[in-house]
Amino acid sequence: MTKADIVEKLYEKVGFSKKDVSHVVEEIFECIKTTLETGDKVKISGFGNFSVRQKRARRGRNPQTGGEITIEKRRVMTFKPSQLLKKAINTPQSKAVPTPQPKA
Amino acid sequence: MTKSELIESIAAKITNFSRKDIEIIVDTVFLSMGESLSEGDKVEIRGFGSFKIKRREGRQGRNPKSGESIFIDSKKVPFFKAGKEIRERINK
Repeated sequence: MTKADIVEKLYEKVGFSKKDVSHVVEEIFECIKTTLETGDKVKISGFGNFSVRQKRARRGRNPQTGGEITIEKRRVMTFKPSQLLKKAINTPQSKAVPTPQPKA
Repeated sequence: MTKSELIESIAAKITNFSRKDIEIIVDTVFLSMGESLSEGDKVEIRGFGSFKIKRREGRQGRNPKSGESIFIDSKKVPFFKAGKEIRERINK
């Protein structure tokens, strides 16, 4: 599934124009990225949490040459799936959460 | 930032959808991603990252409270790999 498939799903499920809705989808991920950049975490209930972790510098090895290298300290993004998502993944074809309905 | 704060912040930028519609879109996006993963498909968002399902084999475990030996069934777990753009932006 790619962004285009998500837009397609939105069109099928709630009938929004693909062109208009793709801006919103784009904005969702952009907004998450901008928030993580500031160091804040993003919690999507029913899906999972995105957060930024500080990694310390450590000794590593270049797996290709075997040479020792220093892996510099850095910030990485992590995702922790919610219980609901973990459950849904282990129940095939389940629709654990109801589909949201467009307003009349 | 929570989901409702995410909805607020998007609603503030996008004017051709109501706040309620933005909420439906946000919910549907994450719901569809979850459904796709549940079906075993992977989800790839360019610039953001990809979600994949990995299978954990069943193993012999122990109940840490009672010390009893139990069998842990094999299960599927979602994995996320951050995309190049976000990796670079976060690490600036």
